[in-house]
Amino acid sequence: MPLLNNISAINHALDKEMERDKSVVVYGEDVGFEGGVFRATAGLQKKHGVDRCFDTPLAESGIVGSAVGMAVNGMKPVVEMQFSGFVLPAMNQILGHVARYRNRTRGRYNLPMVIRMPYGGGVRALEHHSESMEDIFAQTPGLKVVIPSTPYDTKGLLLAAIRDPDPVIFLEPKRIYRAFKQDVPEEDYTLPIGKAKIVQEGEDITVVVWGALVREAQKAIKEIEDEGISVELIDLRTISPLDKETIIESVQKTGRFLVVHEAFKSFGPGAELISTVNEGAFLYLEAPPTRLTGFDITIPLPKGEHHFIIEPKQIADKIREIVSF
Amino acid sequence: MLVDQFNPLEGKMLSILDKDGNVKDKKLVPKIEDEKLIEIYKTMLLTRVADIKALQYQRQGRMLTYAPNQGQEATQVGSIAASEEKDWLVPAFRELGAWLYKGVPLEQIFLYWYGNESGSDFPENVKMLPISVPIASQLNHAVGIGMATNIKGEDEVTLAYVGDGGTSQGEFSEALNFAGVFNTPTVFIISNNQFAISVPRKFQTKAKTLAQKSIGFGIPGIQVDGNDVLAVYAATKEAVDRARKGEGPTLIETVTYRLGPHTTSDDPKIYREDVEVEEWKEKDPLIRFRKYLIDKNLWDEEKDEKQKEEFENIVNSNFKKVEESGKISLEKIFKYNYEEMTPELIEQYEEYKNYIEKGVK
Ligand SMILES: Cc1ncc(C[n+]2csc(CCOP(=O)(O)OP(=O)(O)O)c2C)c(N)n1
Repeated sequence: MPLLNNISAINHALDKEMERDKSVVVYGEDVGFEGGVFRATAGLQKKHGVDRCFDTPLAESGIVGSAVGMAVNGMKPVVEMQFSGFVLPAMNQILGHVARYRNRTRGRYNLPMVIRMPYGGGVRALEHHSESMEDIFAQTPGLKVVIPSTPYDTKGLLLAAIRDPDPVIFLEPKRIYRAFKQDVPEEDYTLPIGKAKIVQEGEDITVVVWGALVREAQKAIKEIEDEGISVELIDLRTISPLDKETIIESVQKTGRFLVVHEAFKSFGPGAELISTVNEGAFLYLEAPPTRLTGFDITIPLPKGEHHFIIEPKQIADKIREIVSF
Repeated sequence: MLVDQFNPLEGKMLSILDKDGNVKDKKLVPKIEDEKLIEIYKTMLLTRVADIKALQYQRQGRMLTYAPNQGQEATQVGSIAASEEKDWLVPAFRELGAWLYKGVPLEQIFLYWYGNESGSDFPENVKMLPISVPIASQLNHAVGIGMATNIKGEDEVTLAYVGDGGTSQGEFSEALNFAGVFNTPTVFIISNNQFAISVPRKFQTKAKTLAQKSIGFGIPGIQVDGNDVLAVYAATKEAVDRARKGEGPTLIETVTYRLGPHTTSDDPKIYREDVEVEEWKEKDPLIRFRKYLIDKNLWDEEKDEKQKEEFENIVNSNFKKVEESGKISLEKIFKYNYEEMTPELIEQYEEYKNYIEKGVK
């Protein structure tokens, strides 16, 4: 079993799928010859040829728009946005076409495509390199939104995303691209899109996180280990479609709920999750369902970024607050 | 008119100084006062010194991501020097020489690359927009400034910069088209440094030159040797003069080379050969301009050494000030999102202060 980190798991999954399915093509800015600025596609052009893994001119709308045409014409494009902050020129294509094609053509054209992008903060980068925009995609009908947090999940979810008949936005928490390694089976496997993972079972409170914050929540749990608080930790893994069942069942058991995300607070994913909890587990609640989120501000440049980034201490504090409500 | 003499479709490129600083055609040499020639050279030298230092600071872990400028000094300084103080500068993100010439304090530029928003809060008299990270998006802003200039009946010109990669963005075409339709006083400068990160210029477009992209929009375009500061100046001056007279926009492609990495997180060895870099080093814009000034008895090697030393000290002391400037206060990350903080933001701000009091942040 290869020992992989998150970025090499992406590379591994793409490689395997390109081998297995000749309709898979991989492209974007710096993706071909160089193998991507994060090396996600390193070696793929050499191995699978320049027709199947290539550089494009610098135009995100061109990349995503052409992927629509590719998908309509029998290919399975897996395109890269260099950073999620640079998806903006492609939003016309994504929200205006990618999400709508199946519905517009009454199912004649579905778009089996994946748009990958490094996302989230905490890497001390320039402007437009640290955004968390999962909510914008998640609230758009027709898109699926996946965010893996481990190498094992990355492989299984990316393969599922490529094989999914509908377009998938695949957000890669770049802060943990190289944070740790894991044994990842060499053989083929997929993980279901739309299914959350219970990372740790517990009795007193349900904490829902995804992406880079899974590890931060684990650190928080470690911090309160000796305080007799039993936490059920859920890694959402897919933002849309939402795994309501797992969340509701968990909250019915624990009676308390905390969601932590880096995306903006107002109208963010936390609001959706709290509504879900209220609708499905209201009578079980022993404390107000709570969110700990990014502020409603432009994410600061590195010298101010620490103010924005959510730390384990804050998560631990919120957990204590909710449990002692 | 240079734009008529050097038609990009005929494969012509304006070039005045050869790589050894000899004048190829006296008739083409732009009229520039001696004092200004020295000012231009000094800014190019300061740019070079600051750039080398910034890379050192970065390697020492004292600076964050930085986008180097080495090799592009003639493009940057030669173009802006052809404009006036009242004119606008709309940058991409790699025009250190132009910003310095325009009057942005070096300390502030370092502050930006150091990861502090205050680096974009330029002094009142500097008519420059902030660095624009989303490639080519700034060009439409430049055009809008020109549309306003026209409406107000003023005679300011806007210089707008973009890279070769940026010419592939939809907004590049939109901006050129708007500029043509509204006859804006805009000079577009494409710093063609041959690469967009790892992607070479030839993969951006099938067109032979980037300058010829102007033709489809009905505006003049010219390709110039971007390492020849006199050529860059001459082409820009002509474009600026025309724009000021109400004769509309121009597209200038400066052919240059990024000698350093794309940014400090990039390793150019992956995508280009050392020999190519060495070839371009021989065409260094500073070498040839210095030679030209020495031949004119305006400069000498001794002066050069002294000036370099002085600049090194200036750069070091500016960076020290940046390092001492400390972190950004909490208030500053909240306060500039609106003129007045919304009730929700005030709540979030207070909650955060509470975290700090409790010691969980
Ligand atoms: C819309 C957008 N997409 C991608 C990027 C990432 N990126 C930063 S610089 C760059 C290459 C720019 O090349 P070019 O325009 O030639 O300018 P140069 O860097 O060579 O000065 C890319 C792809 C970005 N900043 N904005």
